[in-house]
Amino acid sequence: MCAAPKQGQKLPAGVDVEKETVLTGQVTDGSGNPVAGAFVRLLDSTGEFTAEVVASPTGDFRFFAAPGTWTLRALSSVGNGDVKISPEGPGIHEKDIVVSK
Amino acid sequence: MARSDVLVSADWAEQNLNADKTVFIEVDEDTSAYDAGHIPGAIKLDWKKDLQDGVRRDFVDAERFSKLLSERGVANDDTVILYGGNNNWFAAYAYWYFKLYGHKDVKLIDGGRKKWELDGRPLSSETVTRPATDYKASEPDLSIRAFRDEVIDSIGKKNLVDVRSPDEFSGKILAPAHLPQEQAQQRGHIPGAINIPWSTTANEDGTFKSDEELEALYKEKGFDDSRETIAYCRIGERSSHTWFVLTELLGKKGVKNYDGSWVEYGSLVGAPIEL
Repeated sequence: MCAAPKQGQKLPAGVDVEKETVLTGQVTDGSGNPVAGAFVRLLDSTGEFTAEVVASPTGDFRFFAAPGTWTLRALSSVGNGDVKISPEGPGIHEKDIVVSK
Repeated sequence: MARSDVLVSADWAEQNLNADKTVFIEVDEDTSAYDAGHIPGAIKLDWKKDLQDGVRRDFVDAERFSKLLSERGVANDDTVILYGGNNNWFAAYAYWYFKLYGHKDVKLIDGGRKKWELDGRPLSSETVTRPATDYKASEPDLSIRAFRDEVIDSIGKKNLVDVRSPDEFSGKILAPAHLPQEQAQQRGHIPGAINIPWSTTANEDGTFKSDEELEALYKEKGFDDSRETIAYCRIGERSSHTWFVLTELLGKKGVKNYDGSWVEYGSLVGAPIEL
């Protein structure tokens, strides 16, 4: 879960991963191709919207959250998908999302 | 006020890209999306570079706003159609800003850039220039803008609608989760504020919920129709989205946007805060 960030997911300067709970991953379609520009939504443990980002040209996304249980949900013109992630503390937590129609 | 006076569908927008006296404007905090591809014929406004003073934390004044729109080729009698990323947050902010400076005919594209992209509609990376105009902004209409002292005086008297996410409201996090969380402000919310996240007013694709759903939402959360209202968030863009819902879609009276929002309020020495 706590793998090093991928290329294209470089953290902004000054971000302290000892303090920040970073959620990151890649959006792919059923064949494993990255989905550029997917809209990735972070929902809290009650399913309430917390934030949304646009995936990079390589399908990568990143959030700064907090320990707890979250849902990562991706929307795109080639389909939607979601996955749960439960970081227990600060650091980089990685989870990919597969979308389909 | 009918929905059709203030909101257009992506379909309508696509069919009216070349309509006379109609200017499409993409508004964002990060305009790199516009540069990579935008609605054909749309010009851009940069929320920070174009619409903020740059030295003081404030708007550009009426004179600078007039100069900006004149250079970009927007006329006073044009219909301005706004859209943007982030579920139209900054487009809604620009809507409120255009209204503050007295522009008559402004509309939002329902769902903004997200809906447009999810529908697979065309984007263009061509540079767009329009002939210059002689735009004249009115003096700012402060009946729709709240300032800090008024916000503190309104505790217990007006509806204070905190439109941030529940975790920002409770103080668990300090900023939307796409931003780093180490910020200078105190955590929490204005005492007595009700938390009606902007996101609960929108569908997943960024379009607004129906008037019936919106009325039911505010009623359920304890919004008091007999009181005036101040909406706030972190920097005033999400609360513009809610100002739009309350004023333009639901026709509520006496609604102001507090654009100083939590970045200002959470830094005020001695201001009351509830956790």
